[in-house]
Amino acid sequence: MSVPEVLLAAEDIRVELGGVAVLELPSFALHESEVLSVVGPNGSGKSTLLLTLACLLRPSAGHISYRGNVLVSHDAVFRFRRRISMVFQEPLLFDTTVYKNVASGLRIRGLSRNETRDRVAKYLKCFHCEHLAQRSARKLSGGESQRISLARAFAVEPEILLLDEPFSALDPPTRHSLMHDLEAMVRETKTTTIMVTHLESEALSMSSRILVLNEGRVVQTGTPSQVMSRPSNQFVARFVGMENILEGRVISRERDGLSVAVSGRVLHSAGDAQPDEIIECCIRPENVTIDNPDAAGAGNTNRFSGTVTHIYSSGPFVKVSLDCGFHLTALVTREAFSDLRLSEGTQVSASFRPSSVHVIRRSKAELERLKS
Amino acid sequence: MDLIAEGLRKAFELIVSMDREVLGITWLSLKVSGIATLISVGIGISLGMIIALTSFPGKKIVISAINTGMGLPPVVVGLFVTVFLWRNGPFGFLDLLYTPSAMIIAQVIIATPIVMGLSVAALQNLPPKLRLQILSLGATRWQMVWIMIREARLPFMAAVMAGFGGVISEIGASIMVGGNIRGYSRVLTTATVMETGRGNFDVAFALSIILLLLVFSVNYLFTMIQQRERPR
Amino acid sequence: MLFRKSPDFALVLFLILISGALSVTPAQQKKSIILATTTSTEDSGLLDVLIPVFERSSGYIVKTISVGSGQALKMGEKGEADVLLSHSPDAERRLVERGFAINRRVVMHNDFVIVGPSADPAGIRNSGSAAEAFSSIARQKALFYSRSDSSGTHALEMKLWQSAGVNPEGEPWYRQTGLGMGQTLNVTAEKKGYTLSDRGTYLSLKRTLGLDTLFEGDPQLLNIYHVMEVNPARWPGVNHTGAKAFADFMVSKEAQKIIRTFGVEKFGSALFFPDAGRKDMERF
Repeated sequence: MSVPEVLLAAEDIRVELGGVAVLELPSFALHESEVLSVVGPNGSGKSTLLLTLACLLRPSAGHISYRGNVLVSHDAVFRFRRRISMVFQEPLLFDTTVYKNVASGLRIRGLSRNETRDRVAKYLKCFHCEHLAQRSARKLSGGESQRISLARAFAVEPEILLLDEPFSALDPPTRHSLMHDLEAMVRETKTTTIMVTHLESEALSMSSRILVLNEGRVVQTGTPSQVMSRPSNQFVARFVGMENILEGRVISRERDGLSVAVSGRVLHSAGDAQPDEIIECCIRPENVTIDNPDAAGAGNTNRFSGTVTHIYSSGPFVKVSLDCGFHLTALVTREAFSDLRLSEGTQVSASFRPSSVHVIRRSKAELERLKS
Repeated sequence: MDLIAEGLRKAFELIVSMDREVLGITWLSLKVSGIATLISVGIGISLGMIIALTSFPGKKIVISAINTGMGLPPVVVGLFVTVFLWRNGPFGFLDLLYTPSAMIIAQVIIATPIVMGLSVAALQNLPPKLRLQILSLGATRWQMVWIMIREARLPFMAAVMAGFGGVISEIGASIMVGGNIRGYSRVLTTATVMETGRGNFDVAFALSIILLLLVFSVNYLFTMIQQRERPR
Repeated sequence: MLFRKSPDFALVLFLILISGALSVTPAQQKKSIILATTTSTEDSGLLDVLIPVFERSSGYIVKTISVGSGQALKMGEKGEADVLLSHSPDAERRLVERGFAINRRVVMHNDFVIVGPSADPAGIRNSGSAAEAFSSIARQKALFYSRSDSSGTHALEMKLWQSAGVNPEGEPWYRQTGLGMGQTLNVTAEKKGYTLSDRGTYLSLKRTLGLDTLFEGDPQLLNIYHVMEVNPARWPGVNHTGAKAFADFMVSKEAQKIIRTFGVEKFGSALFFPDAGRKDMERF
């Protein structure tokens, strides 16, 4: 299998705003046909990264290159921008008809009338908006507007598609149907895509790689499953929904994993670390099972008795906080919740598999900091 | 009451009979203020564009200065232009005082801040990311400028109308720098004042009505353009 | 790269449009004369008759700037006008003495009248002199409207107050309009007050005013118009040839004849009396 070509690369990028660095990117590469999600909390520099990569924001240091050519001259930047497309959180449609909106990128490029008509028709159809062609772009719903914005971006058949939180302003059903169509389009056209989002579900569903940003720096990059199950630090762990992060000391290292002392109790993990090392044990709340203290399975590994301290409703689930000597959160279905007759103060036992316990080892820098 | 009735009758008569002098005065008003508006639109929109779309130190001060300029009293402008254009003033060699050109210059000075201030506001009202969206669609700088103007066309038209309305009805500067010279620099407003002074209220009435009609028709025309091509 | 400004664009546009503005002005610029004159000559309509005749015969274009006599003379003093036509004899003589104007010649006269409401609350109808009429007005505290615009009319009015031994400044019945003759007459009529007006302007407005001539005939009320050329030795930039042509025209037989008949048809009597060449007017 040949290695896909690097389409877009960045080196030593530093973006400052009012003298404060808002983005630092020592190196970055985007491969052909890759779908990259950039995630991170608000203000982590995601949009800045996207604008910088689109050459819409000039970094105070560093440079961007496209297919190995450094984008410096005005002309090179301009030609590069004709190969990309961008969709923002707001649809930013022009005050004219839907048709002319979708055609705008093509008109800018001077395409012939016939070609424009065909392309507009094609992409309006892809996003199920043929019937809107002659409507004013000012009189569309939020979902329709964003569909037109996507159709406009696809109409120029870009080599790279840049999406800046395109669905954040939409309600969940609209978001899902639009996500679905976008995913299909990206897969079908094999368009290289970068999508900025603060919603992990968006990032999970369509991307081949995830890049996590925090405070202007890349904290982890990897496939969705890598990032989701093996976050490289506490921040990513919390961000991808590993609510249980327990600090512990490795007691012993066995063939199939570790024994870790956490608040006087012993946890088993399938992870790896050195004995006596201080580590973080991360467990997703959905991987924690709750049952009656006298239920079968007593004596299993990682089975702890505890008391319910808090109960929160969480959509179709119920989130239960437990005190097992350490603090543990579990996610249970509403059915299980009523079967178990849970309420604050109820005695339960909680269990999770050793393979559900992800170990985060402290980085050298962190260790240094702790020592001093 | 007699005076009003007679005035209106005479006004109607003058308009219907297309009195040559009245026609000439009307045409000059339209020409002077039209050209002045065109020039101020050129300067106002292009500078307004630069001011609105770039960031530079002192931008707020510049915008405040423009907004102050929107209320520039015409007589003050008239006085300054007169002083500058005097034969023995700094631009006396141009020999422009008491010419329609001088009136155009004064009116440009009056209308430019109006057009510029409203243009800056119009552009600042557009979504801040619109410019990035246009550039990301592959637009050249000129295409970007053009699309931005098109997006702000309603407030821009309002700016043009405000500029034109400001100068065609202005009197202080026109009479000072134009001199109200018969058949040469006499426009509707200066003629109205003069005819009132002469006690020819009927003619003054006629001229005012023509001025009103003129402003109305020009604004109607702009409104038509403004509302045209608005899809449902 | 993309944030570069484009001042070049604005500049090019500016230059194109400015040149457009300049092109509006006809090319025969050099052949124009600036005539600074009083509002009374303009408002009476006399110049509307005289100037086209002159323009046709001489080929010059006359730019008439009608302001108060004081301002007209000031324009001459500063070289901003080529030729002056005014009715403020004392100030005119001073201007000539100081070397700013030359060739001062009498053109015509009319006279001033004191007008007011026909009821004549101050009872000035049978006054022996203009000064007496003024002191009656002051005594009765009757409303008096002054132009207060340093025009020839205003200058004469001040002289009359002086002869009457009255200082009206600041008196509640003494109102200052700061306007031209026509507008001051309008205000006076509206408020039923008194004012001093030249006969020409008064006659041309009479039918709409409802003011009566209450006092006339005093030699002090003579209103004499002179034409002067701005001294080219003082201001080389002036169009002296044109100025001289216009001044010569004003005292020519042709112009004098027009002046004699002007207004007869419309008002029943002439508004101005031609005086060119009259030796007995030299004392003014």
